[in-house]
Amino acid sequence: MDGAAVLDAIRQRADVVETHAHRGDATVVVTRDALPRVLALCRDAPALAFDMLMDLTAVDYLKYPGREDGPRFEVVYHLYSLVHNHRVRIKTRVDEDDAVVPSAVGLWPSANWFEREVWDMFGVRFSGHPNLMRLLLYEEFVGHPLRKDYPIDRRQPLIGPAQ
Amino acid sequence: MAETTRREFMLGEGSGTGSGSQNLHVGMGPAHPAMHGIIRITTELDGETIVKADVEIGYLHRAFEKDCEEGGYNNAIPYTDRLNYVSPLINNFGYCAAIEKLLGIDVTERCKYIRVIMSEISRICDHLTCIGASAMELGAFTVFLYMIKAREFLWELVEDVTGARLTISYGRVGGVKADLPDGFSAKTTKAFKETREVLDEVHRLLTGNRIFLDRMVGLGALSREETIAYAITGPLLRAVGVPYDVRRAQPYDVYDRLEFEIPTQKDGDNFARYLVRMAEMEQSMRIVEQALARIPGGAINVDAAGRPIDPAAYVDLGKQGKTEGLLLVPITLSPNLQGQQRAALERVNVHDKRVVLPSKETTYGSIEGLMNHFMLIMEGSGIRPPLGEAYAAVEGANGELGFYVVSDGTDRPYRVRCRPPCLPPMAALSRMIEGGMVADLIPTFGSVNMIGGELDR
Repeated sequence: MDGAAVLDAIRQRADVVETHAHRGDATVVVTRDALPRVLALCRDAPALAFDMLMDLTAVDYLKYPGREDGPRFEVVYHLYSLVHNHRVRIKTRVDEDDAVVPSAVGLWPSANWFEREVWDMFGVRFSGHPNLMRLLLYEEFVGHPLRKDYPIDRRQPLIGPAQ
Repeated sequence: MAETTRREFMLGEGSGTGSGSQNLHVGMGPAHPAMHGIIRITTELDGETIVKADVEIGYLHRAFEKDCEEGGYNNAIPYTDRLNYVSPLINNFGYCAAIEKLLGIDVTERCKYIRVIMSEISRICDHLTCIGASAMELGAFTVFLYMIKAREFLWELVEDVTGARLTISYGRVGGVKADLPDGFSAKTTKAFKETREVLDEVHRLLTGNRIFLDRMVGLGALSREETIAYAITGPLLRAVGVPYDVRRAQPYDVYDRLEFEIPTQKDGDNFARYLVRMAEMEQSMRIVEQALARIPGGAINVDAAGRPIDPAAYVDLGKQGKTEGLLLVPITLSPNLQGQQRAALERVNVHDKRVVLPSKETTYGSIEGLMNHFMLIMEGSGIRPPLGEAYAAVEGANGELGFYVVSDGTDRPYRVRCRPPCLPPMAALSRMIEGGMVADLIPTFGSVNMIGGELDR
């Protein structure tokens, strides 16, 4: 299927906020409540059959022109289907004070580490994740460094064995 | 209290030792000679069998994604060198492909061929290192030396083209740094001849070797379903019989015009991965040979006829035309700038002044060139892709290497996400080693080909 057909297939069967195909990347934006249903649909519908969660990441739109007031975070799923050789990008938006997204670990185990990394870097939580620990940084790290309000030169408190 | 005998102590039996035997917790790493980077594996052992393993990463985290947001689009290229430092050229081109997709530009034919050639040479280097190092860990030190020798021939080619061996920074948004040097084709033929001899030798040493087979066959296996569910790509996916390769499935550059096979195996164990990698090196050499035979030479002007241009661009072109006479004054370039003469750069770079730096002749020879140079270099100027987002994937040595870039219309990327090909297999590593012996952890970990720079970013 080409990108437009994938978008049509998802649009027919689920509530979507918006879709676009900028530079040929089929993209669907869904609400957080609809997300688990849409992801399950993408994996299980034979016409879609997205069997791989290629990538999962987030973007902090705090300083993006025109998006300063909107929901702060966007969690981005890149799916790929080995069966049909097509891709889709699913996005959902969450606010800073309620930055929780349902976990996709039940659908694709690859979500496990990807979600840990998003929690580590952005402070977005994933409800239902079996072990939501920081992935790349250490537990004592203060803050979430890929947030736009985290300055690149901030120092972290030194850690070491307890005195 | 009765004295505990030595036997009771060792087995955890006897009075005062709790009840029954207990599992032993052994930590491997972060610094361990057989760890290919800094990584920690905490294992729970029952005798010599791994009951449970926990993989801890992040020791080489150096804020790649955050750093990319701090500078211009081309400033991130040296950082991408340090992702997979065994095949840095592929990272360069993968990043450039994402930015080019965001800008909506297409690179020149010659540049596409150069990218294919250099990517495949890097892929061979990567596989050589992976197999050589894992064989060494199993005691086959000779193989390691042979393979590193072969890698050396290839790195000399890389050095000829890029001027460096590891930190090559050769890709540029809209092209590459310099054209191929003279006599590159002949040197490649020679290097490939030597590499093929080494591979033949290694085949004879390893592929039927009883000790090697005992340590590789049937170990570290992952089922086909699990490999897909963990989003594992590259040689590990092809080792379970799925012929997925970005070069074939969603061709970029000129891969759709070249003939090559996607080697696959069925078993998904360490030996299958070894065979896939060995076969892929031969295919990569085939690709390079075809590409070298077909690479277009001469001055190719992509900007020529066919494209409608708006009045402003027309005026710009007029200005350029007027200075053409001045520009014919030859300028002696430093030898460091070999392959970067105006004619060479015109062959390999997109003809788009908003993206590609002018040649040094133009910069120093005309005021327009100087202004063009400054407009791309000065802070606040530079490449400015329109608002939007793009995900571009290339086939890295370890699998799908993807870059997801978001632009806010300024000269700095708003967000750069790298999808590291060796993160999914590392997430599944504990599944591969649980139930096996401690000693088998080493070949399995070797077959994953973890590259710390890419894993931890």
